[in-house]
Order: sequence, then structure tokens, then C-alpha cells
Amino acid sequence: MSMPYYVSPEQVMKDRADYARKGIARGRALVGAIYADGVAIVAENPSNTLRKVSEIYDRIAFGGVGRYNEFDQLRVAGVRAADLKGYQYSRHDVDARSLANNYAQILGQIFTHEMKPMEIEILVAEVGRTGMPEQLFHILYDGTVMDEKRFSVLGGDADAITGRMNSTWTAGASLKATLSTVTAALGGPERSLKAEDLEVALLTRLNGRRCFQRLTDEQVALLLLAEPAAESTATDESGLESGSPTESGDTSESTEAAEPTPSSGPVELAGDEHSDSPPISEADPI
Amino acid sequence: MMRRLGLDPFNSIHADSSLAVPHATTCVAVRYADGVVMAGDRRATSGNLISHRTMEKVAQADRHSAVAIAGTAGPAMEMVKLFQLQLEHYEKVEGQALSLDGKANQLSAMVRGNLPAAMQGMVVVPIFAGYDLLSDVGRLFTYDVTGGRYEETEYVATGSGSLHAGTVIKLGFREGLSRDEVVNLVLRALWEAADADSATGGPDVRRGIYPVVATIAAEGYVRLDDEELKTRYETIIAEATRS
Repeated sequence: MSMPYYVSPEQVMKDRADYARKGIARGRALVGAIYADGVAIVAENPSNTLRKVSEIYDRIAFGGVGRYNEFDQLRVAGVRAADLKGYQYSRHDVDARSLANNYAQILGQIFTHEMKPMEIEILVAEVGRTGMPEQLFHILYDGTVMDEKRFSVLGGDADAITGRMNSTWTAGASLKATLSTVTAALGGPERSLKAEDLEVALLTRLNGRRCFQRLTDEQVALLLLAEPAAESTATDESGLESGSPTESGDTSESTEAAEPTPSSGPVELAGDEHSDSPPISEADPI
Repeated sequence: MMRRLGLDPFNSIHADSSLAVPHATTCVAVRYADGVVMAGDRRATSGNLISHRTMEKVAQADRHSAVAIAGTAGPAMEMVKLFQLQLEHYEKVEGQALSLDGKANQLSAMVRGNLPAAMQGMVVVPIFAGYDLLSDVGRLFTYDVTGGRYEETEYVATGSGSLHAGTVIKLGFREGLSRDEVVNLVLRALWEAADADSATGGPDVRRGIYPVVATIAAEGYVRLDDEELKTRYETIIAEATRS
């Protein structure tokens, strides 16, 4: 019979937080970024079947990083809660804010009351109705909720990725531009991520009732091409080709992902120049 | 006294409403070259009154299937709503949609669950049609009140006008109809059903109300717009006037 040691609550919380943070930092990152037609969620995920990003409801998507079984459990709970609420009341009454609060409650409860905290971070994204802004809720392992206005970075190496996103993200950018920005930010200066390494899903208001849409590797590869594909519209081409050599040279790396293009030299992919071009055209190849 | 004489007004209304409510409709589903087409009139009746003119009895169940209902409107609409939810919920939780057989079985269970209500007169009998992505064909299912599920190979008709509509389709059906032919066939079938059955509504040109007609093929559920139906009905009316 050993004497129980006294451990201060501060120490307990700190240990749990360190444990959770360590688990999360081991995983690969996920970025949710607002673009012209909604939210693009890009995760580094070599698996084609075990998803980090999925649909919750008509306008709401879920992204999780960390331990798969833990965030998947919360994903299913979220789908169930949303479907139930939509059936019981109305589809309009299902919103990301309340779902994010639910998640925060669950994560907070587990963090304080269980031996082991959940080693996950969650993104709840909602594409706004006409005239309403997009919403990104980033929920941490301890139930902290952050409401983010431009983009959210979850998972390992989040600080560095956030730094890169801060310098390249622009408001109202096209899907192609946003995808390139995010891919470059996820990869960093040393790596160039290919379409196969990524899991990409969109919440786009162009899709009708169910805004969620997964992009296949082929679609992602096409969007990551530096030179616009032959069938894409003229507005894109002019926008991309007028780009000056970029300040973040690493973006050109991702152009090698799908097809070696004859063009050489860095190409501007963060499309702030053509942010006023019609956003619809970006959806064409999808 | 009045009751003893069989003149109780309340009693007669009760007996009437429970019997008159079901089967006041006509819905058809027909296979064609690319998949299935489904159509239904828009009229809802209670007793001998028209209670609603713009009812949508053909509903999209999910991307590749649709359900049409005949029977008591309240429970039927609720069943459709729940069915749509079930399919979407499964798709989201599991990450992929149910197979067409799975959807048909799910609907079967729901119809069976409605059996106690059906015994009290609130019958709901759906027809279910969809495009089977596993075998790349359109398929049709019909149900009975006990949840029995029967797959048909050519066409299905349900509701009070089903006899008339079914006969028209039976005469005009052949394997591999084109979209154009099959749409004309179902419109003609609904036209004849509305002509002979008081509980089936025909095209309402004045109000611009036309039947719900939808095709379900590999690319999914597509509802035909009223403009197209209007043009097609003009041809049908012209033909009917000439003969």
C-alpha cells in the first residue's frame, strides 16, 4: 500500500496538455482556407480511404487531425447530431457554431475528467448562405474554440504553416490559387506535395443544397498545374500568366506534381492579381 | 335517434375519410435505355374534394434514386423525409452511399413499420426507382402495405389511376426506349389516368402546374422543367383532339 502522492492540478493539466500536444504534433497537418466560393480544406493524407475531411451537413464540413479513431468518433457524433436536429426542426437550424460548441464541450469534459485527453484537433467549417461570411471553428484537444476569419491550420508543424499562410493567403482568391497557396504552405520550402499526398475537399456554394465536395487526385493535379489546362477559360490564363516571379519561390515546386510543363522558372500561384476574375470558371474542371 | 336510423353525420364522416384517403393518386416509373423515368400527378384529395394542387409525390431520395408515394399524405411525406434522411445519414457516416438494393430494403422496413397505421386506414405504398451503380442499369421496386418488396423489370404504376396509366404504358412499352419516347409515354399515361380518374390531376395550364417527371440515369436524378412538360403536353393535347 503506497501513499498517494500529491500532484498539483496545474501539473496534471500541464502533463495532459503536453501529452495531447505531442500526439497531435506527430500527425500531418490540415488547412482550411476561405476562398472565393467557400472553404477549401486540404489535408496531408497519403491514404485514399481513411479520411480526415468529411461532410457533416449541407453547409458544414469536418476536419480532424491526430488519432484517427478519436476524431472519427466525434465526426460520427457530429453527423448524428446535425441530422437529428435538421430532421427535428429544420435544415436551416443546423449551424456550425452550435456544433463547434458541442465538440468543445465533449473535448473539454474528456480533457478534465479522463486519464487520457483526446490527441486531436478539429475544424468545423461552414459556408455562409448568400451574403453571409464563411465560418471556421478550430477546436483544440482541451475544448478551446477559436473562431478564425481567414484560414485554420491544424496538426503538426502548425506554427510554421500558419506563418507561411499569413504571407501568401489573399482574400477572395480563386480555388486554383488557394489550393496552390495551401499546398505550398503545407509542404514548406523543402518538400513539394503531389496530388496523391493530399486529401482535398470543398464546401462551395456553387453546389446547391449539399455544398460538400471531394476532389479526386486527378482534379487536384489539374488544379495544381502551374499552366492552366487547355480547357480552362481565358480569364484564368491571363491571370496566371501575368504573374510576376513570386516572393515564395517554393510554390513552383508543386507544379511538377502532375505533369512536367514546358514553362520554366517560378510561376506566381498565389493569385492576388486575378482575384476579381469570375470565380465560377475555377469549378469547370471539377 | 339519428344514430339508430343510421343518419349520424359524424359517424359517416369518420367512415368516409378513412376509406377515401388512400390511393388518390397516380405515379408511374418506367425503365428506358439510360435508366428509369418516374412521374406523378400533383393532386391531393380528401374525400371528393381537392385539398392540394401542387403536391409533389415524386421525391428525390438521393443522387441516384427517387421514391413516389401513393396513400395518406401525412405519413407518406413523413416516410419520404425520413427515408431521405436515412440515405444521407448512411452516406455521410460510412463515407459511401448505400447500394440500390440496400436502399430498397431500407424502404421496405419503413413500410413494414407503418403496418399498424396502415391497419387503421393510413396506408402508404411507395414505388422506388433508381440507377444501380454496381450493375449500371435502372431498376424499379414496388411495395405492398406489409413491406413486401417486388422488383419489376419494365414499369410500375401505383395509385387510383394506376389501371389506366398502367395500360397506356403497357401498350407503349418496349425495351430500350429513348428518353424522349419514355417521357412522352409517361405523360400520356398520366393524361389518360387524369382523364378517367377523378383523384388524379391533369396538367393545369392556367396555374402552370405540371406533373413531376424525373429521369434517373448514371449522372443522377434530373427533374424535367415545366417548360419542357408544357411543350410536350401541347403536343399530346393536339394529338388527343385530332383523334
